[in-house]
Amino acid sequence: MIRETAGSAKTHAAARAGRLPKINPVFFVLAALLVAITLSNPNFVEPTGYMNFLKRAAPLAILAAGQIYVIVSGGFDLSAGSLITLTVVGSSMLLDNNADATWWVIPVMYAVGLAVGVVNGVVVSFLRVPSLIATLGMMITLNGAAFMWSSGSPRGYLPETFRFFGRVNLQGIPLVQFLPVALLVLMVVGTVLFWLMHRTNLGRMLHALGDNPRAAQMSGVPIEKVRIIAFVISSLSAVTAGILLGGFAGVSTDVGVGYELQAITACVIGGAQLLGGRGSVPASIAGALTLTAIFTLLNFIGLPKPVRDVVQGLILIVAVVLATYRRNRAGGT
Amino acid sequence: MKRLLTAAVSAALFAGTAQAQQLNFDDPAEFARQREMLTAKANGPEGEPWVQYYGDQMADTAQYRKDGPHTICFSNAGVNNAWRVTGWTNMQAEVKLHPEIKELIHVDAEGSDDKQISDIDDLINGGKCSVLIVSPNTTAALTPAVEKACARLPVIVFDRGVNTKCPVTFIHPVGGYGFGIQAGEFVAANAAAGANVLMLRIVPGVDVLETRASAAKRIFKEKGLNVIGEEFTEGDNAKTKSIVEDYLQRGSIDAIWMDAGATAVAALEAFEDSGLPLPIITGEDQQDFLMKWKAEGFKAIAPTYPTYQWRTPIIAAVKVLNGEAVPGPEWVMPQPSITAETLDQYVNEKMPPLHHAMCGCEKLPDYPAAWGGK
Repeated sequence: MIRETAGSAKTHAAARAGRLPKINPVFFVLAALLVAITLSNPNFVEPTGYMNFLKRAAPLAILAAGQIYVIVSGGFDLSAGSLITLTVVGSSMLLDNNADATWWVIPVMYAVGLAVGVVNGVVVSFLRVPSLIATLGMMITLNGAAFMWSSGSPRGYLPETFRFFGRVNLQGIPLVQFLPVALLVLMVVGTVLFWLMHRTNLGRMLHALGDNPRAAQMSGVPIEKVRIIAFVISSLSAVTAGILLGGFAGVSTDVGVGYELQAITACVIGGAQLLGGRGSVPASIAGALTLTAIFTLLNFIGLPKPVRDVVQGLILIVAVVLATYRRNRAGGT
Repeated sequence: MKRLLTAAVSAALFAGTAQAQQLNFDDPAEFARQREMLTAKANGPEGEPWVQYYGDQMADTAQYRKDGPHTICFSNAGVNNAWRVTGWTNMQAEVKLHPEIKELIHVDAEGSDDKQISDIDDLINGGKCSVLIVSPNTTAALTPAVEKACARLPVIVFDRGVNTKCPVTFIHPVGGYGFGIQAGEFVAANAAAGANVLMLRIVPGVDVLETRASAAKRIFKEKGLNVIGEEFTEGDNAKTKSIVEDYLQRGSIDAIWMDAGATAVAALEAFEDSGLPLPIITGEDQQDFLMKWKAEGFKAIAPTYPTYQWRTPIIAAVKVLNGEAVPGPEWVMPQPSITAETLDQYVNEKMPPLHHAMCGCEKLPDYPAAWGGK
């Protein structure tokens, strides 16, 4: 039965592909922004330029690649940002300045992420709480937990062993001179999440669930289970993003603030449909890169802050309009 | 009626001028006054800046004399950053030094004007408070609430001010210009003429931060330094590091001036990760910055907005309730900088990263555990 659904989804997609330009417009927007960055700062084509950019974008890209699972399933995960904060604060508390503790602290944080995802999923699936509210509650809870744990101020440092993932550049790589570990992490996570979403049955069930939960259920999709998995993937990606952000810049107690909305924005720029049923992992990662590119470009141009905010808002709206335009042409599911 | 009218008009006029003064963040007279105060000698015991004060104007408090034990009420703007966490810990410890204090009632406004206004209302209507300490969330919004409280009991304001003279005293360090001057003069003295200075600020529009920046800019202009940018970091480490990396790709930075030090280490890491020598930098008294400074030995200064000022309201409250005079209507206390010479006194690896070293808390009960140290 599931195979049937998947089959029909495939034919549908194939039919659509015939009427559409194959490439998602987000990639053009991203390319245009990168050209603009290069024009305003020619050093950007040097490895230090683009590698720094990719390193900086990696946490948001990973977060967006996880968030897209929940969005495709027809929900939102607002708790992602606070889970980043909890990861950074919790790691610094557990590590207690002990560099040798990294090997067990990271699995512990992933276990926390797993628990958060399962709770989110269960509350949404079985208690029938809308995901917006359920994850908002989780966000407030996690922020409170991080605050209680740290008493509002960071209580320890993150040792270099932990910061390795977000900070270190591997030197002496042919062609590119150096390779940030964060970028490697992004490539691995991106590949795994791409494969899960676009090459497995789970991905097809996610799309079916977001498109029409009732129809999905009727055709045998275990919708509760699929939804829980989506939330778990999002939470695990938030823990990963937290490890990279803590590595990049050290401990602070508000590191994750606003990241959930940036991740959702990145998904929308990548053409995801907010009510579910459509979305792609590579496009969401491209959306995250686009968002980071906007920030970087405006840094480089050196406009005063208020002008920058206006321009940033306008570019965002244009990017989302482009994404919506494509969706409308596709017949707007 | 006529008297009431005059009072109302003069109050309105006063509020108007206060407002106007508040919006002028670049006042040469205040700049000069604070610059002078930084080198002036304060009254009071040496080595205990939390009870020191400038000038000799005192407020008479005989009318507030009351027998103990006392209940001190504190309406706090928030405990929402590391500076306030350190300060609040100082205050709780100070209370333990005064057996005549029966209870400290603390209400946290969580950074909201509305909540703080109703907090103050609740405290005065509760009838338990012998004295009210207020750390206002914002100046203009809290003024009426403080005036209302003044009519009922002695009020002590500290940190940010209010637009009324009704409190017994307003406790604060020298001020924002002073901070900007200390940091600005250090950069001006150590950088060559025409050197590139990047100014990193938290957010625009906050009076104590605007004055820090305007004072520094005035000095940079006097010395002919080249301000290559003025950026807002929102106190975010990752954003700070990204901004500095971007500037480094476009050109060189000789000095970094900061209006607050929480992200100083992130700014320095941008240089390290780009393989560049560390610049001249102005930070603040956070331990992570002091430790980095000691380890790397770059050219730096750490002006402070001392958290020991959180001890003073409790000391003042007890004095007021004993009917002893306190410095007033303003109690201006010293605002020292940490320099390369005094760094060793303040750096302490056992304290948490954002512990503010200028806390005057080393001899308080439960130090260092209550501050998160080991």
